[in-house]
Amino acid sequence: MSVPAQLKFTAEHEWLDIEGDRATVGITAFAAEALGDVVYVDLPAVGSSVAAGEACGEIESTKSVSELYAPADGDVVEVNQAVVDDPGLLNLDPFGAGWLFRMRVTNSPALLDAAAYESLTGGE
Amino acid sequence: MNPSGHSWRCTPLHDVHAALGASFTGFAGWSMPIRYSSEIAEHKAVRSTAGLFDLCHMGELELTGREAGAALDFALVGRPSKIGVGRARYSMICAEDGGILDDLVVYRLAEERFLVVANAANVLVVRDALNERASGFDAAVRDASDDWALIAVQGPASAEIVSQLTDLDVSALRYYAIDEAVLAGATVLLARTGYTGEDGFEVYCRPEDAAAVWAALTEAGEQHGLVPAGLACRDTLRLEAGMPLYGQELGRDVTPFEAGLDRVVAFDKDGGFVGEAALAARRVAGARRTLVGLVSAGRRSPRAGYPVLDPSTGAQIGRVTSGAPSPTLGRPIAMAYVPVGRDEPGTRLAVDIRGAAEDVEVVALPFYRRNR
Repeated sequence: MSVPAQLKFTAEHEWLDIEGDRATVGITAFAAEALGDVVYVDLPAVGSSVAAGEACGEIESTKSVSELYAPADGDVVEVNQAVVDDPGLLNLDPFGAGWLFRMRVTNSPALLDAAAYESLTGGE
Repeated sequence: MNPSGHSWRCTPLHDVHAALGASFTGFAGWSMPIRYSSEIAEHKAVRSTAGLFDLCHMGELELTGREAGAALDFALVGRPSKIGVGRARYSMICAEDGGILDDLVVYRLAEERFLVVANAANVLVVRDALNERASGFDAAVRDASDDWALIAVQGPASAEIVSQLTDLDVSALRYYAIDEAVLAGATVLLARTGYTGEDGFEVYCRPEDAAAVWAALTEAGEQHGLVPAGLACRDTLRLEAGMPLYGQELGRDVTPFEAGLDRVVAFDKDGGFVGEAALAARRVAGARRTLVGLVSAGRRSPRAGYPVLDPSTGAQIGRVTSGAPSPTLGRPIAMAYVPVGRDEPGTRLAVDIRGAAEDVEVVALPFYRRNR
C-alpha cells in the first residue's frame, strides 16, 4: 500500500497536505482499512482551535471507534460535509474525497514523510 | 494488521483467505479473516443472498459410549440424551455455582455418539470439564478439534447452493438437523445450523478437504451472489439476530436465567447435573438483572462495556455487552444487562457513550427476524 509522496503523516495515521499555513487533514488508507466500514464521522467545528496530539473528533466503524487527533496546532477553517454525510468516502478514497477538515496551522510538530510513514506501517 | 509476530494458529483455509485479499485478526488464538472487502457488504449479502464463513477455529469434542447421553445430561444444563439421532440442540455447560463455562451446540450423530461444538476460546475448559464429569460413566471424551474443519454457508440462497453439490435431499434436512453427505466429493457432516439469523448450513469436513469444499461452494454460489464473509459481519449478524456471544453476553459471572435462556436448563433429570443446586436457587430467587435489546435514534453506537444509565438521575444501572451500527436497520443497536423492572420494551434508558448520555429505548429481542 503506497501513500502519496507529497503528503506528511503522523504516527496516529493522519495525513496532511500542507500549502503555506493551510493543511488539509485526513486519515490514511492503512487506518481506514484497519477501521473497516466507517459509518459515522464526528469532526471539529469550523472556527474551533485544535492542539497537536489532542482528540478533536471521532471515527466510528461497525467494529470500533477511534479518536481523531489533531495533527498540528491551529484553527479549523473548513470541514468536509460530504464525508459527514457519506462516511463510506473514508474507505473509498481516504487520500482524496475522504479528506476530513482544513486547518490554519500555527505550530506543527515534527511530521513523518511518506517513506517514514510507510516504514512505520510495515510497508503494508 | 497482519497479526504475525504472534503464534496465531492458521486454519486450513488461511492461504485461500490471503489470496482473496482478506484482512486478518487474532481471535481466540487463531488468525481469522475479519473481512474480505466491506463488512457491511458481506453482512447484506448474508441477509439477501449468501455468505461463506471459515469457522475452523471452533472446537469439536466427541463423546462416545453406552452412557454418552447420560454423561452429557450430567455435564450440561440440557438433556442431550433426548436428542434424536441426526438432530442438534443448543445447550450450555455451567460451573457448580451456575456460571456459564460455555455455550454449545450438541449434535447426536448416532445412538452412542455425540459431537459437542464449543467456542474456540473455551475448548480446553469444556474438554477438561467433560472429561471430569464423564469419568463416572461408560463414555469416552475426545478432543476432535484437529479432525474437523468447519465451513458455514449462510443466507437465503444457501439451500440452493448446497443442493447443487450433494446428492443429499437438502430440502429434507430440517433446521437443527445433521446428516452425513458427500459434498463436492468429500465425505462431510452437513448441518442446518448457524449463527446469523438466516437459513444456512454448517459443513464439517476433514481439514485436508477444506480448500476443495470452500472452492466448490464458491463456484456453486457465484450465480447466487455468495461472497466470502469474515468475523466482522458474523458479529453484526448475530447481534441483529439477538444471539448471545460468549465473552460478551455470556460468561462465568452470568447464569442462563439472566441471559434469558431459561429454556436450555432442564431440572427434572434423573441423575442431576453440575450446577443444578445453584441454578435451582437462582430460579426461585429470580434474576436481578436481565439481558435486553437497546436501540438508539442517534448515530453513535453503544459499545461493549459502556454504562447504562437511569436517564433521570444519570446513575449507572447496567452495562452494554455488545453494540454496533446495524447494517440492516440503519441505526445503532445493542444488548445490555439492566435491572429487572427496567427491562420492559418501551422503557427509556440512556447509555454513556464516551462521556455523553445518549437516549436509548428497550426493545424486544431479536432486532431482526427473517421472513420464513
